[in-house]
Amino acid sequence: MTKKEKTGKKKKLSGLEKWQSERIDITQKRFRVGDYLAEKVIKGVAYLSIAIVFLIFVFVFRESLPIFNTSKPATETAVVGKQDSQETYGAVTDNTSTTQESYGSVADSSSKTNVQETYGEVTDQTASQEQNILAGDSASSKNSSSDTYTVSAGSGSDDNRTALKSMATKEWVPVSANPRYGLLALILGTIKITFISLLFAAPLSILAAIYVSVFANKRMKEIIKPTIELLAGFPSVVIGFFALMVLATFLQSVFHYETRLNSFVGGIAMGIAAIPIIFTITEDALTAVPKSFYEASLALGASKWQTAFFVILPAATPGIFAAILLGIGRVFGETMIALMATGNAAQMDLNPFASVRTLAATIGAEMAEVVFGDTHYNVLFLIGSLLFIFTFVINAVAEFYVKGKLMKRIQGK
Amino acid sequence: MINSFRKNFKGVAIEGITLFSALLIITIIIVMITVIFIGGKSQLSWEFLTSFPTEGMTKGGIFPAIYGTALLVIIMSIAAVPFGTITAIYLTEYAKESSFIAKTIRFAVRTLAVIPSIIYGLFGLGFFIKFVGTHVDSALYGGTLHWGQPNLLWASLTMALLTLPVVIVSVEEALKTVPQELRAASLALGATKWQTIRKVVLPESVSGIMTGTILAVSRGAGEVAPILFTGAAYYLATLPGLGDQFMVLGYHIYVLTTQSANVDQSLPIQFGTTCVLLMLTFVLNMSAVILRYRIRKKKNN
Repeated sequence: MTKKEKTGKKKKLSGLEKWQSERIDITQKRFRVGDYLAEKVIKGVAYLSIAIVFLIFVFVFRESLPIFNTSKPATETAVVGKQDSQETYGAVTDNTSTTQESYGSVADSSSKTNVQETYGEVTDQTASQEQNILAGDSASSKNSSSDTYTVSAGSGSDDNRTALKSMATKEWVPVSANPRYGLLALILGTIKITFISLLFAAPLSILAAIYVSVFANKRMKEIIKPTIELLAGFPSVVIGFFALMVLATFLQSVFHYETRLNSFVGGIAMGIAAIPIIFTITEDALTAVPKSFYEASLALGASKWQTAFFVILPAATPGIFAAILLGIGRVFGETMIALMATGNAAQMDLNPFASVRTLAATIGAEMAEVVFGDTHYNVLFLIGSLLFIFTFVINAVAEFYVKGKLMKRIQGK
Repeated sequence: MINSFRKNFKGVAIEGITLFSALLIITIIIVMITVIFIGGKSQLSWEFLTSFPTEGMTKGGIFPAIYGTALLVIIMSIAAVPFGTITAIYLTEYAKESSFIAKTIRFAVRTLAVIPSIIYGLFGLGFFIKFVGTHVDSALYGGTLHWGQPNLLWASLTMALLTLPVVIVSVEEALKTVPQELRAASLALGATKWQTIRKVVLPESVSGIMTGTILAVSRGAGEVAPILFTGAAYYLATLPGLGDQFMVLGYHIYVLTTQSANVDQSLPIQFGTTCVLLMLTFVLNMSAVILRYRIRKKKNN
């Protein structure tokens, strides 16, 4: 065959196609504006959920950024009225580049004025007094009139440096003349309470899941499963209320400890909140194990419980691991129960019957009273970023590592 | 008989332990419901539900909190349900199951579901109030504080983000139960893809969208952490509008139990409020369970 013939044949074919497309209209997709637009809009909205996750991290982290502003001189601003103060706020937070923006007459970067600034209205009484004193001091060294707001996003750089340094210590004293932001006690408290709640919730819910997926008959299954799933719908503030009013008193009368609200009570209450998560995912993992495993084991002469514990449970371990991970994620970020039932005292203490303060509860308790733009405010957002990163990693591990492993095991590849 | 009695006994004991843990969980649930219901029963009356708090929150009703909760969940649903439904439509109808983008979206949705609710609160503060709000203020109001502060709108939108994954997951489940034959038949009759989705797939999955909405409402009504600093207020003498702070049932419970000066005096009100909130979420969840059960039954037929 020569080249010419080939091309000729091709041309013929394309001619035929052309003819077909002219005559038979049905097979041809016509371009429709409505359809096209609908698809694009739907696609755009769907992508939004990715954007939201990204935005959440960016905006939570952004508010904590000024705390890392240690090397640069303090960005100061003296502004009249609220309008400018808000603009300044926005501008300075964005200001991660080297250019320092200064409004008004001041910004004398050579003389390191150590200013605590306020943003907008000061709500907290004790904080506002401190702020006023400090702001007053700085105002006297400036030419600006005394009736101006002194505003800045970050606090003085020295403050940030000491704040960053103090994070590795144990003392959490954010509101004082010499604020210290030691995160260690908070982290320890969070880990302690997570440990207690998992010790309570994990065995209970895994055993219950085994019962439902292996032993229970259909009727029991239809009663137990929806009931436990109903617990997932309980608002955490209701569980917290129950723990505060009933559980704390009950447990104290049983164990006779001193402080009524402590990590033990909080841990049990959070365990109650984590039970439906661990139960549901474990149950899913157990039922995902192929029926043939079960039948093969029974055919080999194993009893029902041997099959459950030596065949089905090992096959579903990655799923159970994922369940526990997500349970940890739930307890780690739980705010309302921690606020209501743990006593909220930041202590370095391994005793389960001592009061604790968790990271999430710290944000919840103090954010409403903090001065916006203050170092304390930034530190709280930094804690938020830490919580976000932690739960994100936990979810990613549960998602990719565990699921891959589970599939491999069940399909025997 | 290969199994000896002893072996049998062991099996029964182990089965008993698993049954015991299942029953223990159920006992905890029942005790919780009973205690809260008995504590709040005496409070429940028409007057309690429809009057304002009086005498420093120690007497009177919880009407503003109920009103605030209702407004919150309505605005939240208006924002979350269309977005969640559209995302679910994309995942089931347009995206290929194994494509990278579909996997990423699914992962993002699951991440949204596990992010602690307090982080949503921080996001609401950092994004809606401090970023969007202040920019709107400086653009429209010349800088006077209107939207750059906590209010009902920002709280509802924050809550909408929190409940978005709930809606997506339930709608997706419902869309998957629509038989493939229906879609094929519609396409074969000459309908376009969008027409098929709008006229065939969506009407078939209305109950799924309903389930998602109900679950989202129940979640949104109970969550407190996201609205702690994006709009919830301790006490308001008037009913809120879009730009005001507002009272919510969950926050009301939290404030009364931990922040108020006379906790003991307001104890009946605390139990009453908790009881109302629990009953609300309970009824919502039950109806969602029943709806979902119907959907699954339809799928199996």
